[in-house]
Amino acid sequence: MIKATTVDIPVSAGNEDHYRLRMGPQHPATHGVLRVDLDLDGETIMECEPHVGYLHRGFEKLAEHRTYVQNLVLTDRLDYIAAMANNVGYCEAVEKLLKIEVPLRAKYLRTMVCEMARISSHLLWLATHALDIGAMTVFLYCFREREELLELFAELCGARLTTTYTRLGGVRQDVTHSIMMKLVRFVDAFPANIEEYETLIDTNRIWLKRTVNVGTVSARDAVSLCLTGASLRGSGVDYDVRKHFPYAAYDLVDFEIPRGETGDTYARYRCRMEEMRQSNHILRQCIEQMPPGPIIGDDAPDLVMPNKPGRKVEVDTPARQGLIKLVEDRDIFMEGDVYVPTEVPKGELGFYFISDGNGSPYRMHIRSPSFIHIGALKTLAKGAMVADLIAIIGTLDVVLGECDR
Amino acid sequence: MGQMNNSGLVKIQDGVRFIPGASALVGPLNKIINWGRTGSIWPVTFGLACCAIEMMVAGASTNDLDRFGVIFRASPRQADCLILAGTISKKMAPVVRRVYDQMPEPRYVLAMGSCACSGGVFDTYAVVQGGDEFLPVDVYIPGCPPRPEALLEGLIKLQEKINREQGRWSQLV
Amino acid sequence: MESTGIVEKLREEFPDDLLESYEHLGQKAVMVKRDHIVEICRFLRDECNMNHLMCLCGVDNSKRKGPFFERFEVVYQLYSISQKQMFRLRVQVPEHDCSIESITSLWIGANWLERECYDLMGINFNSHPDQRRILTPDDWEGHPLRKEYPLRGDTEWIGYEELKAKSRELGKFDFYDNLSKEKGGHD
Repeated sequence: MIKATTVDIPVSAGNEDHYRLRMGPQHPATHGVLRVDLDLDGETIMECEPHVGYLHRGFEKLAEHRTYVQNLVLTDRLDYIAAMANNVGYCEAVEKLLKIEVPLRAKYLRTMVCEMARISSHLLWLATHALDIGAMTVFLYCFREREELLELFAELCGARLTTTYTRLGGVRQDVTHSIMMKLVRFVDAFPANIEEYETLIDTNRIWLKRTVNVGTVSARDAVSLCLTGASLRGSGVDYDVRKHFPYAAYDLVDFEIPRGETGDTYARYRCRMEEMRQSNHILRQCIEQMPPGPIIGDDAPDLVMPNKPGRKVEVDTPARQGLIKLVEDRDIFMEGDVYVPTEVPKGELGFYFISDGNGSPYRMHIRSPSFIHIGALKTLAKGAMVADLIAIIGTLDVVLGECDR
Repeated sequence: MGQMNNSGLVKIQDGVRFIPGASALVGPLNKIINWGRTGSIWPVTFGLACCAIEMMVAGASTNDLDRFGVIFRASPRQADCLILAGTISKKMAPVVRRVYDQMPEPRYVLAMGSCACSGGVFDTYAVVQGGDEFLPVDVYIPGCPPRPEALLEGLIKLQEKINREQGRWSQLV
Repeated sequence: MESTGIVEKLREEFPDDLLESYEHLGQKAVMVKRDHIVEICRFLRDECNMNHLMCLCGVDNSKRKGPFFERFEVVYQLYSISQKQMFRLRVQVPEHDCSIESITSLWIGANWLERECYDLMGINFNSHPDQRRILTPDDWEGHPLRKEYPLRGDTEWIGYEELKAKSRELGKFDFYDNLSKEKGGHD
């Protein structure tokens, strides 16, 4: 159901015989508010021009006007499918900038919630990807498991999607026995669930016809297109931030990075399915190895950080004294810049901070994987059929909130 | 479905009664139409941001909106309810309005989440401070994002509002 | 090869372009002149295996001070997947001639990153194949990430003004519930 308009669409190839089609921003298969202008010869895509920005909210500008602590809330709304992973990414970057130490238990908890977020994000990806291609049942199956994870998030921090679970220097709340028991049940049951999804589509003829040799990208092109995450690994490039820049407790757990070879939609599908297995494996190790101890560091800035740096606040409790020290003492907010990448389910999420010594970032740039992946759509979709475009958008696993910022 | 009363009619809803065995309804026309409308709210499949994910959850296995007669339609021409699920950026606002303009009357608008209600945390140059700046919003659902149950409650509130209407089925009355 | 080696190699290859090199929080960075940025990037990609462009962004320097600072700055974050090394290039761009060469010939993916930088910061990329606004609408005024641009914007986008006028106009034809006097639309 593609909506065509008679409005003149600026597509670079100006062939009169070609049919011009505008797909989106209101379209059920564009995963949000992506707009793609197509230049078609019959059903073949001659030219494809993605348009983004329909969800541009001015994150980077807003972040310059707020303190480091306040900005944490914004990161939930970046990639709202895996908010936990964004929280962790933001905190890792700020902690590196402010040199805050994180206790071991908090590191494990972060790894745990990151992997839960990865599984829930991949489940949503599989559900919508399959639904777009026509497999309705997979959608219902995936949401069943995803709901369990969201309810665990709700029990852990009170919110299902916008979690704001991490804090600078640790995490907000410790896990309870009940959460751990539920998680153990989930981890035990999940491998069988993955097999269930695979029996539905893995060797399904329609699925194979719609995914094999569709949207193929070679390893060389994938690097040139700056792809990351499963979209890059599907082409056989061995790059995962969790291995290259271990953060949280990823250097303490054992896992493998699945890679594809062919670089087509099916290879990326296989990659993400294996990633879910690996995530489950990491979750199990986190549960087994979870060390005792504090969940937030002693030098963590408090939530009640005054938003005007330099403002005098009456100091009563020791925790606040630590905080005021952080704000008043300019040495801690050093001038300088830092770029910290983390592996979110979509790919490499990087935060680039420039600090000028104030309580709020001078410049915060977010390297969002979805933005770059949609940029690659133009190259991937050229020469494909219209129906394959849906599969290609699905396989890139984009989320527009993160793309447009 | 309803209760049998003294006259032998089955009461379906306030003012609408069903004659058993005759496949006929008795009641004022506006109430019968309202009864029909409350059981078939068809929203457009139109997700804007985070809240769209919760909207999807509301439509999926656990919450199952279908039991209220709420079926998502991909085309605004077939829909009569627009759920503003997420942040509306200024670039997106004309598109939202166009989708609304394509919907046939009677049409209803639900603002789902803080952003659609008031702009939420995004008080910036690029964000519309509430969907009611350019759309007539009927029901506001607060929350960031609201749980699927809150969306259900919003839809029930919309049903109550539809039930109170008297002349919205024709401009001639 | 250590990344200090990269700095040495760069200094050898481009002696006039390298302004400063430093290390902050374990991350190596150099400040270079903008004239040979494509050659420097090609050298880093081909000779030093820095094949992954992690990040490209613009910075407005108007509210901070430094020895080589001009009004704007473009930051390139490169990474070598095979050697696991990260390297940052900072390039100063003056306000009066706010342009820099595009590196889309080296990385296709740089296309959108540079468009974003142009859109939000107003830095022109010479020989960019398709330099248009990307996140904000085409007829948007100003570049939001510049420091003088207020958070809530200075002038309203003309498209949004048109929309509000249209919305008021169409509101007159809304289908009101004229019996119960409960308005279907708003005023």
